[in-house]
Amino acid sequence: MISADSFIHLAGLAALAMLLIGMVLVLWRLARGPTAADRVIALDLLSMLVVAFLVTVSIHARETSYLDVAIAYACIAFLGTVALARYISRTSRKRSEKNQGDHRNG
Amino acid sequence: MVDFLTGLLMVIGSIFCLVAAVGVVRLPDALIRMHAATKAGTLGTGLLIIAEALFYQQLGISLRAATVIVLVLLTAPVAAHLIGRAFYHSDESLSDRTWIDELRSQKGKNI
Repeated sequence: MISADSFIHLAGLAALAMLLIGMVLVLWRLARGPTAADRVIALDLLSMLVVAFLVTVSIHARETSYLDVAIAYACIAFLGTVALARYISRTSRKRSEKNQGDHRNG
Repeated sequence: MVDFLTGLLMVIGSIFCLVAAVGVVRLPDALIRMHAATKAGTLGTGLLIIAEALFYQQLGISLRAATVIVLVLLTAPVAAHLIGRAFYHSDESLSDRTWIDELRSQKGKNI
């Protein structure tokens, strides 16, 4: 029978490996695009995966201060996502207004 | 018993995070990818945080874990909604297999 400590150790290693694979997949989507919204979605999921990774590291390394890092990172990642989403909607609105203006003038 | 539960929650949570990442890579357009990322990602992160609270079983850690869960549950839908709205109004075409678009008559208006 496997001991509880080594079970948590193995589970932590498996969880960290899966989160790393997930981060690599999300980075592929971030590089590939094709639209700006896809990249923002990939960044949003990447920040969520980083929060999950920090929590897992905090269990695996038995170091509770990583949880505080996760709290701060979750707040800042939300602000970044909101800023990028507003940037996309503002640029697309400007573009459509400009197209309508061109249509009217031409 | 609690250690076993902790390890199980960690593995299940990270599997959900992996599923979210695979969904973001494999699904056809940005709105559908946003669903995979938000739902599965939130559930996976939440399970991992519950595992952390179970593992330490101290009041301070549990309160901080609850703070992270509340933060993720409050911010993920807002961020997903903003991205989806920006994508829908940015004149990008939806997936070929999308056949219900109830907002089409409102498209281009400032809503």
